[in-house]
Amino acid sequence: MSEQYLLEMKGIDKSFPGVKALQNASLQLKAGEVHALLGENGAGKSTLIKVLGGIYSADNGEIIVDGTKVNIDGVLAARAAGVSIVHQELVLVPYMTVAENIFLGREPGNKYNINRQQMIDEAQKLLDAYEMNIDADSLVEHLSIAQQQMVEIVKAISFNSKILVMDEPTSSISDKEVNFLFETMRTLTAKGVGIIYISHKMSELEEICDRVTVMRDGETVGTKVVKETNKDELIAMMVGRELTNYYTRDFIDEANAEVVMKCENINDGKLVKGASFEVRKGEIVGFAGLVGAGRSEAMKAIFGLTPGSTGDVYVDGQKVSIHTPVDALKHGIGLVPESRKTEGLYGVMSVKFNSTIEVLGEFIKNLIVNGKKEEEITQKYIDMMNTKTPSQEQKIGNLSGGNQQKVMIGRWLATNPKILILDEPTRGVDVGAKAEIYSIMNDLAKTGMAIIMISSELPEIINMSDRVYVMNDGRVTGCLNHEEVTQERIMQLAAK
Amino acid sequence: MAARMKNGVVKYFKQNIGIIIALLAMCLFLIVFPTTRETFPTGKNMFNILRQNASNLFLATGMTMVILLGGIDLSVGSVIALSGCIAAGCVVNLGLPEVVGFAAAILVGALVGMANGFVICKTDIPPFIVTLASMNITKGIALVYTGGSPIRCMTDAFKFPGAGYVGPVPTPVILMLIVFIVAATIINRTQLGRHIYAVGGNPQAAKFSGINVAKVKFFVYTYTGIMAGIASVVVASRLYSGQPTAGDGAEMDAIAAVVVGGTSMSGGSGFIGGTLIGVLIIGVLNNGLNLLGVDSNWQYIVKGMVILLAVYVDFIRNKKKGR
Repeated sequence: MSEQYLLEMKGIDKSFPGVKALQNASLQLKAGEVHALLGENGAGKSTLIKVLGGIYSADNGEIIVDGTKVNIDGVLAARAAGVSIVHQELVLVPYMTVAENIFLGREPGNKYNINRQQMIDEAQKLLDAYEMNIDADSLVEHLSIAQQQMVEIVKAISFNSKILVMDEPTSSISDKEVNFLFETMRTLTAKGVGIIYISHKMSELEEICDRVTVMRDGETVGTKVVKETNKDELIAMMVGRELTNYYTRDFIDEANAEVVMKCENINDGKLVKGASFEVRKGEIVGFAGLVGAGRSEAMKAIFGLTPGSTGDVYVDGQKVSIHTPVDALKHGIGLVPESRKTEGLYGVMSVKFNSTIEVLGEFIKNLIVNGKKEEEITQKYIDMMNTKTPSQEQKIGNLSGGNQQKVMIGRWLATNPKILILDEPTRGVDVGAKAEIYSIMNDLAKTGMAIIMISSELPEIINMSDRVYVMNDGRVTGCLNHEEVTQERIMQLAAK
Repeated sequence: MAARMKNGVVKYFKQNIGIIIALLAMCLFLIVFPTTRETFPTGKNMFNILRQNASNLFLATGMTMVILLGGIDLSVGSVIALSGCIAAGCVVNLGLPEVVGFAAAILVGALVGMANGFVICKTDIPPFIVTLASMNITKGIALVYTGGSPIRCMTDAFKFPGAGYVGPVPTPVILMLIVFIVAATIINRTQLGRHIYAVGGNPQAAKFSGINVAKVKFFVYTYTGIMAGIASVVVASRLYSGQPTAGDGAEMDAIAAVVVGGTSMSGGSGFIGGTLIGVLIIGVLNNGLNLLGVDSNWQYIVKGMVILLAVYVDFIRNKKKGR
């Protein structure tokens, strides 16, 4: 190996009781490149990164930085070796200022006295160097998610790191902010920093990454130059087989289908300002738009989660009044929320508890719990969604994101909805499970269910929707049917 | 049906194995140890332990629900004081029948619970603060009402709930059984029980699930207030008086029993069955320390360490399971 790598990880093994998380994993990062790390959930990406960051120590293998073997046995050792990690979940302290966060634990000044002005100045200098329009003295809680991410990145860079790891940094920010993030990444690579980039979004790979390493079942399957490979090949490497039908959709002839739900002039008093749309039987309707366009908020208002929201909702031609989610359920509307963790999961409870919480009345009657019925209901939706779980008693928090999402969708299917609203149904879900969810959505639509899908992933909107509503600033700015929908037309309407 | 029963029993032991072993070990020690060999394993002493800890079980059943909900109720000890004084006051000062006095005591408990629930649901003030306030207010009312001195009430009917017997069995033991069955039924066999777990596990998700979060909270705090009211009746009856200082620190014993019983302070996970064992552990511990002649000042230190140890062992066990 004549070429000098910035970072080399060789033959890394790591076992946990009962699981081989990494087996002979390796990774080579060049200075000044963005190197994508791809793989399904559970493929070992995070474990590999945690080994690099000193959070886990490897059982076997070596890590070489700039040609020198290093021993990373802790977070400080990783930092000393020039490694910084921007974690997927933000770990900033919300009630402290940007500057305080950046210099947390290494504030300028002496033991008893922090030099606040110096700290703010230095933080501001860093922020300005990367053209981030953020005030170093503002509280982190007042920043947008994307801005917080920027702060995380600045904090990571401020350790003078040569190796920067970014774990799904774009999963919760809008396209505009993504562009800005990419700009920052390019600035960094131009200075010789090597970036390891973890993402589930294939489209981003082409845009920002130079090379890609694919992981599967704890092993590194291979490394490719992004320009010389394609999506299908990468997906095949990730899942270990060809995914012939990534998107499954039998489009309907919507002109003939009857309207199941019609919403007029929905307002929530904040973000949603008079949104109107309709959904037909057996139809999948996509909702596209930028973050903050009011898509999720419109659905929450319809679902009875926003007190004080106004507008008319008709189900099967009848005007209905929905003040609480219970009313919505009664009228056959189900909503699988956007944020699985905060709005959906009961993380410490079992798969069974999580599957049946909406339909308790079916098996708890007169102080008797019909345990058999409870298990039947749970099993029905485990089978239907093809959820992989060791047992019904498994804590849902221990399942992968994809399987958690399947339980969430199953939970709402158990209520027999006529109209199912899916908010970001494939966020944080690996490719294999994504394809399965698409196929299940198609099956459900075929049975006559009307599906509303909010998504920030345009390929998924374009390939799955019979019609696409685009929202901007709380209003519906256009509707495109599946023959006319393109990325460009959506973006035109979204930015109107 | 029989298989299901057996499953239930097996599950119960599995869930609570750690603390069951701890309880049995404590009992075994007291049965074998020379100083306590004669005094501990007698029927009289057993009933004594149950009688003394009945009020803690009442509080702990309510507290289990509150903690499952992710909340806390500090006011229950003060309710024991106020409600007990009201019960005795009704009989002594107003000349009402004892039953009316007891009913009034339980009603007062319910009202304090409802007030807690109302404020917690209507505002975003943390339950800790709300019930800290109501703890002080309730205690203050008890002191103002009695002028600081106990109201003695020695009638047989007044003594019945706390110091009486039904056949050979002390009344509080029977009440214990009933209260435990009611609480276990609510938690394990009703939709409301599931809703308590859901709200405690993830209040935001509960809202999306169409659960009326405020209603669940209001019920649980009211229920806990009622349990405190019942506890006050038993305590006042056992003391033959309403005492404005009764129930001092009782909320902490209840919290300790719940936590030792394996319910998580962060809400959403725990078992009412564990709480029963938790109450017994604390009861046997107190009894054992007394029989061993341990100085009462030292008893606090031992109790504190046992609580810490029990919770730590449970914590380690869960951490292993989480892997």
